[in-house]
Amino acid sequence: MREVAIVAFAQSDHLRTTDELSEVDMVMPVLHQVLAQTGLRTSDIGFTCSGSSDYLAGRAFSFTMTLDGVGAWPPISESHVEMDGAWAMYEAWVKLLTGEVDTALVYSYGKSSPGSVRDVLTRQLDPYYVAPLWPDAVALAALQAQALIDAGETDEPALAGVAVRSRESAAANSHAQVKGSVPQGDYLVRPLRKGDCPPVSDGAVAVILAAGDKARELCERPAWIRGMDHRIEAHSLGVRDLTDSPSTRLAAERAGAFERPVDTAELHAPFTSQEVVLRKALKLGDDVAVNPSGGALAANPLMAAGLLRLGEAAARIHRGESDRALAHATSGPCLQQNLVAVLEGDAQ
Amino acid sequence: MSVAKEPVAVVGIGQTKHVAARKDVSIAGLVREAAQRALQDAELTWADIDAVVIGKAPDFFEGLMMPELYLADALGAVGKPMLRVHTAGSVGGSTALVASNLVASRVHRTVLTLAFEKQSESNAMWGLSLPIPFTQPLLAGAGGFFAPHVRAYMRRTGAPDTVGSLVAYKDRRNALKNPYAHLHEHDITLEKVQAAPMLWDPIRYSETCPSSDGACAMILTDRAGAARSPRPPAWMLGGAMRSEPTLFAGKDFVSPQAGKDCAADVYRQAGITDPRREIDAAEMYVPFSWYEPMWLENLGFADEGEGWKLTESGVTELDGDLPVNMSGGVLSTNPIGASGMIRFAEAALQVRGQAGEHQVDGARKVLGHAYGGGAQFFSMWLVGAEPPTS
Repeated sequence: MREVAIVAFAQSDHLRTTDELSEVDMVMPVLHQVLAQTGLRTSDIGFTCSGSSDYLAGRAFSFTMTLDGVGAWPPISESHVEMDGAWAMYEAWVKLLTGEVDTALVYSYGKSSPGSVRDVLTRQLDPYYVAPLWPDAVALAALQAQALIDAGETDEPALAGVAVRSRESAAANSHAQVKGSVPQGDYLVRPLRKGDCPPVSDGAVAVILAAGDKARELCERPAWIRGMDHRIEAHSLGVRDLTDSPSTRLAAERAGAFERPVDTAELHAPFTSQEVVLRKALKLGDDVAVNPSGGALAANPLMAAGLLRLGEAAARIHRGESDRALAHATSGPCLQQNLVAVLEGDAQ
Repeated sequence: MSVAKEPVAVVGIGQTKHVAARKDVSIAGLVREAAQRALQDAELTWADIDAVVIGKAPDFFEGLMMPELYLADALGAVGKPMLRVHTAGSVGGSTALVASNLVASRVHRTVLTLAFEKQSESNAMWGLSLPIPFTQPLLAGAGGFFAPHVRAYMRRTGAPDTVGSLVAYKDRRNALKNPYAHLHEHDITLEKVQAAPMLWDPIRYSETCPSSDGACAMILTDRAGAARSPRPPAWMLGGAMRSEPTLFAGKDFVSPQAGKDCAADVYRQAGITDPRREIDAAEMYVPFSWYEPMWLENLGFADEGEGWKLTESGVTELDGDLPVNMSGGVLSTNPIGASGMIRFAEAALQVRGQAGEHQVDGARKVLGHAYGGGAQFFSMWLVGAEPPTS
């Protein structure tokens, strides 16, 4: 397999509202930052791939506008997934593995603030049997949390502990939205309290991938992608064991995560209870630094929050704070679809 | 550093019968029908599929956000990787190219790729007409956006007004030979095409695409998979995507640079130096009749200003020297998100010799082409009857 690494990572500040910004306004500074880190220009990039959702933007073909932020002239080799940017990075990684290109720019963004995210996400559900009932994302996560509590896998104080640890870690993250000492608050949907749930966030993220010597040239300590895989589960919650995540475990196996222990894990767990599920699926011990960025509990721009995990894990390696990190992204209700990447730095 | 890519072969193709409204099936039922036909064609089962890559145009067309989540079960993807591509109208082609990269990179050996649209779930024309505060000038559907560019082509080249009707007349007659095509206008005449009401001047009702429900699926595999194929495979000789912004000073809407660059990349990969001579036929994305001569020039089949002459002289007819849209094209079938993949699949059917009544005798190299957005997203592949030599 060809050596490919994340060589640069940039993100916006994640905010509850960005009424004064269009998506292009939000994305463009992040693209400029990530390119500046490497000295590359748009025209130097071999392949560009982005992730976003028309349902957040409230209009069809919303990604065509943000292409203006890239400056696709002369024309570029480019693609887009209607998924979290983590899957855009997967597509770009595969493109690099073909050997056709040596560099890729990957970005994603989400403006959740214009609509009611809880309502919007119900449109992801089976359109005939489930979506007409409008069960929202918090309610579905609460079902999962209750299943975990009933199975003796966790309890409310333990969930509160995840929330506290995440927001305390986020205090060191200048881009995070919710950080420091945050009260758990009232129940949103029992057993999940406000503190167990992610904030509503607007934000953008970008990374640059490069292969082999190009990566070494662009980055002092590239975050080499040792493996990356993603798997999906059945859609109906009724046929799944919500206390487990077999798709995460399988993706981790295929990505080589279990070959050697990792020191860091950036998990895309928007709800505290989902971190419990993921820790179990990924067999993470207490010695692993989980979500040192604060994770999705500190900032959750939909369609960007997964790629943020990949970027944050890579940045730890770039800075020499990690030697082997796991990054995870999720999509769909109750962790239906999961992606795992294993990143490594060269020996220090 | 260059790595030798795994050759990619198409060994299974499946389509639904495209119609205005498939009220008898759910969205899941529609996509499963096409996928099962592709598996049957390849004589494979769901267990043989390593990964699924699906594509479609905007989620608003069905009112279903990120439909890969709901469709995982119907497409046998549970426990497998599933990707969802969306690159506007070019998406059907882009989806196939993303799937092909999974094989070319040796990440997977056999991949199911599928594109669909169930347009009867909504109204596509208004779905494409952006409300305030969005300012893109997509006025009353895609036709309102593209009509001025067709007019610009006519003015630039001096093409006679009748060329568009010739394309529509040809494509609708070709569709009569394709059992999966949506429009089967058995009593069509050139006079009827030319007498149709004007919709978006200079585009008549008869020169625009229908709104269809349909899905198209392909099974892509590696060299070993192709060796086991019960029917002749189609080999991918080149594939590329190119994008440019929707609007900018100096944009040539008549012949966008991204389209030229995309074709040049495909021809370079396939070793094509004279597309007009070396390529036997083309399935091009022609949603409005005049885009046939426009793309003939953009793709290098004709010199600038000369594309309409190929159409007018019958070169692009089914029995012509360079048949275009043998299947009836987008003018006869348009489940938007699937239309690009149908072009790619129809190109593959031709080089496999499996196109039935609309087969071009001796087709060895055929181009599949798709475009989308404001004539800004392009995806193309060239497939051949023989595997790539390099």
